[in-house]
Amino acid sequence: MTKTFSLGGIFPKKYKITSEIPSKDAGLPEYVYIPVKQHIGTPAKILVNKGDKVKVGTLLADADGVISADVHSSVSGEVIRIDETEAASGYFENMITIKVQGDEAEDYIDLSQTLCKEIPETPQEIIDKIRKAGVVGMGGAGYPTPIKDTIPQDKKIDILIINGIECEPWLTSDDRLMVEKAEEIVIGAKILNKLFGIQNAIIAIDENKLKAIDIISNITKRYVGVNVRVCKTKYPQGGEKQLISAITGREVPSGKLPMDIGCLVQNVGTVFAVYEAVMKNKPLYERYVTVSGDMCKTPQTFKVRIGTPISFLIDQCGGYDEKTAQIILGGPMMGNSIIHTQAPITKTSSGVLLLSNELSKRPTPTDCIRCGKCVDSCPMGLRPYLIGIYTRNNLLEELKSIHAQDCIECGCCAYICPARIPLLDFCKLAKIELKNKQGK
Amino acid sequence: MLKVSTAPHMFAKQDTNAIMKDVVIALLPAACVGIFNFGLTALITIITSIASCVMWEYLTVRYLLKKPSTINDYSAIITGLLLAFNLPATIPVWMILIGSFMAIVVGKMAFGGLGKNVFNPALVGRVFLFISFPVQMTMWMKPNWHDFFNRDIQTGATTLGILKHIDASSSATSLTHGNPDISQIPDYWHMFIGYTGGCIGEVSALALILGGIYLLIKKVITWHIPFYYLGSVFLFSSLMWLATQDIKFDPITHLLSGGLILGAIFMATDYTTTPMTTKGKIIFALGCGILTVIIRFYGAYPEGVSFAILIMNAFSPLIDKFYYTRVYGTRKK
Ligand code: SF4
Ligand code: SF4
Repeated sequence: MTKTFSLGGIFPKKYKITSEIPSKDAGLPEYVYIPVKQHIGTPAKILVNKGDKVKVGTLLADADGVISADVHSSVSGEVIRIDETEAASGYFENMITIKVQGDEAEDYIDLSQTLCKEIPETPQEIIDKIRKAGVVGMGGAGYPTPIKDTIPQDKKIDILIINGIECEPWLTSDDRLMVEKAEEIVIGAKILNKLFGIQNAIIAIDENKLKAIDIISNITKRYVGVNVRVCKTKYPQGGEKQLISAITGREVPSGKLPMDIGCLVQNVGTVFAVYEAVMKNKPLYERYVTVSGDMCKTPQTFKVRIGTPISFLIDQCGGYDEKTAQIILGGPMMGNSIIHTQAPITKTSSGVLLLSNELSKRPTPTDCIRCGKCVDSCPMGLRPYLIGIYTRNNLLEELKSIHAQDCIECGCCAYICPARIPLLDFCKLAKIELKNKQGK
Repeated sequence: MLKVSTAPHMFAKQDTNAIMKDVVIALLPAACVGIFNFGLTALITIITSIASCVMWEYLTVRYLLKKPSTINDYSAIITGLLLAFNLPATIPVWMILIGSFMAIVVGKMAFGGLGKNVFNPALVGRVFLFISFPVQMTMWMKPNWHDFFNRDIQTGATTLGILKHIDASSSATSLTHGNPDISQIPDYWHMFIGYTGGCIGEVSALALILGGIYLLIKKVITWHIPFYYLGSVFLFSSLMWLATQDIKFDPITHLLSGGLILGAIFMATDYTTTPMTTKGKIIFALGCGILTVIIRFYGAYPEGVSFAILIMNAFSPLIDKFYYTRVYGTRKK
């Protein structure tokens, strides 16, 4: 039986055109641009200087505090600049620019393809290795994984959910990863099981990824404590809260964390990174990225070094022409449009989409017809139309009373609204206003 | 040149216009049966009603509110169609003009237009006409499938009118209404396909249900309101019928006659004037069902659908205030 969450949800067209195409190594660009902050929290402290020679895996910047993550070099070459460079967001961020020379890796990294199954004995050893590898949540937000690993004593985690749901249209990077690195992911799950003393890890995969389900289910037969659960293909099934409710029936109370109800959710990419960190001493310096979209000539999932300019990938897919209206980093529902294709791929970039004007143009809003579709589609049970009205009139108390701060910014409401009201914009604004007010 | 915009970057195909167009399409089968039954007069009524609704909307928006015209959003066409559906075919044209004025100008634009009105505009028009011109509003034509220029006007009772007067018919007072006779009640099959007297659009359950199925498939409406509305009417009349064995409570006749199916599928599901959430919609529909039955059984009028829906329209804002979806993470242990 397929599982799903009970409130809301939508069924956008899937466009998973790259799901059958094996991933390809994107190769080495001329320069890479590595931001020192690719995670939520404090930027890492830079350790290198201009002119330094670095190798693949050289530590470039050191985690600053608990909520931070190490940053490693993804290539070998020379540091030629350390300055503010325009990121995909359009903002300038501190980045380390490396001119690529050769492809030489640090000695401590095991680059062989052999599968390692011997999990280190002590949790501390595991934690240290994950920390040293700069692993962050690769599903989107980029929470440094070590904070998820340092759980307060009084919180008992009894279930680890591994998020293999890729509910955003077009993206297939997690899908390809699961098909190509299935056993590694299962071992990664065992590592996390051991780390947290959990008996039960569940790999959740949505129903349209038949191949991944098949391969991983076969492997989990050989591993105790790791199981596959098939979830319905529905957006936003991969949202942390939605996934928890689908798998366990529990709900994360407003303002609380999954660990408060005994759950821990990790993306499959993160789990794979944990495997590589612990078993291969390999820092997180590359990831899977899908390049697709209705204007993409040859869509493809790539294995990409962090810091690779987006344009380097687009060029390998036939470039883009004037018919491409928008380039999105991430999925079409939650991703951001970019104007600067020199911006780099980071630890959290899951896809690059080239979209046509017909598909992505913002329709003109008209008056709300009170159809209730936004309410029916909201996976958090909110009333988006009211959030819109209250935000327009700046009614903060009312916004709070209807739980506007619980919005997960999934965009279901804005997608479905027949009057084309930019409900997600209002939701985001409402959350910012509420936060500001709280800060006072 | 690349564009930037905030998420999401794709949208559902269905916009307001598509929804309105689908409603028009869904109303067509019933319109055809109406024209088939009552011929040219029905066609004239429908056209006049649509044209005058669109005209009133255009005039108010352009000359009173001085805003860009909103007539191409199809909503005035729907109001026109629904108003005509709720009128007898024989109604004089000038009354349609008044009815459509009440529907559009008073019922809709006075509240601020599409999405802001409290009452279903078509019903505002109908009820106004019904109260002002009770005689013309209760003149029915006999259906005639062979004569397009059908002028066979019958004054007197519809099925519900007959049911209403059954127990009174033994006394002398009701003789003025003609002698309502149970044998005049059409059989279920004729009621179902619509070969019976009544307002233009309400006669054929079959055509209306077809339209309803279309709206369900197109996801314009959900099943909740029609189901709970029709279901509650059926349930209450069944209970009465079982308790009294009186034919005037016959549940199937109640389901198939009058404007019930038209109201349940097309008017109680109007977005603007009904609650937003599923829970609210169910309460709304149950309220409509109970009021309809009460008016039909105990009220002064044989038919209660219009009044029931209008009364519940007034409660919609209140229902929305108290019944909404449970927010994720607020489940009581
Ligand atoms: S963006 Fe927020 S309000 Fe809109 S559907 Fe998602 S959670 Fe609900
Ligand atoms: S989906 Fe849009 S039109 Fe419908 S109720 Fe919500 S805001 Fe209004």
